[in-house]
Amino acid sequence: MSSTEPTDDAPLYAAREPVFPKRISGKFRSLKWILMALMLGIYYVLPLIRYNRGPALPDQAVLLDLANRRFFFFGLEIWPHEFYFVAGLLIMAGLGLFLFTSALGRVWCGYACPQTVWTDLYILVERWVEGDRNNRIRLHRQPWNAEKIRKRLTKWGLWLLIGLATGGAWVFYFTDAPTLVHDLFTGEASPVAYTTIAVATATTFAFGGFAREQMCIYACPWPRIQAAMMDEDTITIAYREWRGEPRGKLHKGQVAEGQGDCIDCMACFNVCPMGIDIRNGQQLECITCGLCIDACNEIMDKIGKPRGLVGYMALKDEANERAGNKVTNIWKHVLRPRTLLYFTLWGGIGVALVVALVMRSPLDFNVTPNRDPLYVLQPDGTIRNIYTMRIRNKHGETVEYRISATTEDAAETQALKLTLEGQEGDTVTVPADQLYNQRLYLDAGPGSKLAGTNRTDIRIWVEQVGEGEPVQDSANTVFNGKGK
Amino acid sequence: MSKKPTTKKEVQTTGHQWDGIEELNTPLPRWWLWTFYICIIWGVAYSIAMPAWPIFASGATPGILGSSTRADVQAEIDKFAAMNKAVEEKLVATDLTEIAKDPELVDYTRNAGGAVFRTWCAQCHGAGAGGNAGFPSLIDSDWLHGGTIEQIYTDIQHGIRDPNDPDTNPSAQMPAHLDDELLEPEQIADVVQYVLQISGQEADAEKASAGAEVFADNCTACHGEDAKGMHETGAPNLTDAIWLYGGDAATITKTVEHGRAGVMPSWSYGSSEGTARLSEVQIRAVASYVHSLGGGE
Repeated sequence: MSSTEPTDDAPLYAAREPVFPKRISGKFRSLKWILMALMLGIYYVLPLIRYNRGPALPDQAVLLDLANRRFFFFGLEIWPHEFYFVAGLLIMAGLGLFLFTSALGRVWCGYACPQTVWTDLYILVERWVEGDRNNRIRLHRQPWNAEKIRKRLTKWGLWLLIGLATGGAWVFYFTDAPTLVHDLFTGEASPVAYTTIAVATATTFAFGGFAREQMCIYACPWPRIQAAMMDEDTITIAYREWRGEPRGKLHKGQVAEGQGDCIDCMACFNVCPMGIDIRNGQQLECITCGLCIDACNEIMDKIGKPRGLVGYMALKDEANERAGNKVTNIWKHVLRPRTLLYFTLWGGIGVALVVALVMRSPLDFNVTPNRDPLYVLQPDGTIRNIYTMRIRNKHGETVEYRISATTEDAAETQALKLTLEGQEGDTVTVPADQLYNQRLYLDAGPGSKLAGTNRTDIRIWVEQVGEGEPVQDSANTVFNGKGK
Repeated sequence: MSKKPTTKKEVQTTGHQWDGIEELNTPLPRWWLWTFYICIIWGVAYSIAMPAWPIFASGATPGILGSSTRADVQAEIDKFAAMNKAVEEKLVATDLTEIAKDPELVDYTRNAGGAVFRTWCAQCHGAGAGGNAGFPSLIDSDWLHGGTIEQIYTDIQHGIRDPNDPDTNPSAQMPAHLDDELLEPEQIADVVQYVLQISGQEADAEKASAGAEVFADNCTACHGEDAKGMHETGAPNLTDAIWLYGGDAATITKTVEHGRAGVMPSWSYGSSEGTARLSEVQIRAVASYVHSLGGGE
């Protein structure tokens, strides 16, 4: 990049230079096609998969049930208070990006980012309607005649359909998909669903069809952050200028004396979705999608030169390569303290999450003592304490729980009388998958130690009634008495 | 293409340079400028369409779309009022003693009655209905006027000793025995000792036995022969552990000397038709709520 001093006519703003990526085939292009099919497939199919959870629960395998504040993922059911699982997954996603970026550079940007995947899909449609690079450039330059209008309208129509499908699939993650499909077409779905689809369609259409590389260059913060994760060992895409330069045209039958391997065919530039020339070195626009490697390798094969004029390499190897020495094994670049540290953190959090998931109790129980008033004095001098219990039944079925209260002193425990507000007995029935609130009274008779003590630690127990593995839980609380 | 494309971009610098690092002067993308203009247009259009500019003394410009968050809230309230209409009609039509047997009504009165209680009753009786000195606890099993749902309902409806409501619960008043010269100071001291004795507290036995006579002559009409109080008169039980104003000698003396006459306002009373402080639905809901708090009979 050459630079000049500012002049008075220097533009403050510049129009986007259109990019017309040329079709290419090769190793990296194939990999990108496979990844694209895989990721789009997951995105569109996942909400349609059914998973039987019994009559009381939705049968959609992956569902973010905002109305009932639940997240379903196959056999897992995450409640709002278990949001740390989601936080843990987000941290893992973050560390995973650190790991991949420090090892392989902007591999996320080049292969997996939705912006890249959908842009790739949009370019595929564009190429199918308008032809390859040269045809598209010609169409771009020609005046608005019937052909141009027809092709543009066809292309935009198809883009819009893809956008609609994208937005449509998005809302399926939040409501039962088959019901929603029906409601969407009969006009019975909620306004929120339609608005969400409209916004997702518009953004997909604008970002995939028109903004494209502008999103990566100007809007996305991630490329800027990634710079901090890369070092000299990071595998990234580079042009081996010591092999290619001085570049020059190759004429048939002539031997180009003193010329490098680069024949200045512009193949690498023509396929680049970011519109840059990799031969100018590392640039902030480069998303390391590998298409220039495919393009250059194809040319090198044709002119009978070795592949790899443009290829993945680590900056550390540059000096060795220039001198013609042996380069470091790629695994030595990838497996270094930094990536091992990221991997350890990533794996550690993953293991912790799995352990937490396995150890999760199907029952949640907590007790809040009533603080206004601290206690109720009965006419005969009995001291009553009131508590609010919350029982969360995470079983898939209705469960009966027995409630009891204990203190450290067995005699005092005997003296405690337990009453459930508004019902007989000491058991409560909690429907499947519900949070159940119940007020509870504990009475300590006149003259008892509990009634005469300011504050006594007690424990309230909840135990599943009936056969099967006995599930129980307890909560610490206090009994407030009259004493000082 | 007429010209060979050049891939080397000519980028200007600002002329600043630090240790050989130049500051580029890359132009911003033009669409960026357009988003800025669109935001300005949006801002102007929004302030025309929606309430925006404050106007002295009259709120704000209304906006041509007629949007109003107050109207939105009112619409939400009306929507829920309409949704609750069926259960409210059922509540009014149901016999008071039957409310606790209907889960739908229990659910409604627990929430709606609780809301009424926290709005209108908590100031005196406490948010948890535990009461304060002079304002009875509603969650114990001791009731001055009776703890049946009907009695609670009637007392909320017409209040206790509310001079504005002709149907109020008149209840006897504790006379001011000293101020009105009904008893001599020595007699008051004796009867206080007697009350301490019958409520199981430490008392001077000699004075108490003298006080028993004073009690029999002056107090039994309201508090009963056995001093256990009467719902008809609203006189409290003097033998139990619960005291409305306090059960120590000094407070009992003060009560006997100067009298007591607590007032609970009438909630159905209004200075004119249709101005009742609480509606029939609200009174029934809060009566049911209070009855369910553990003390109801």
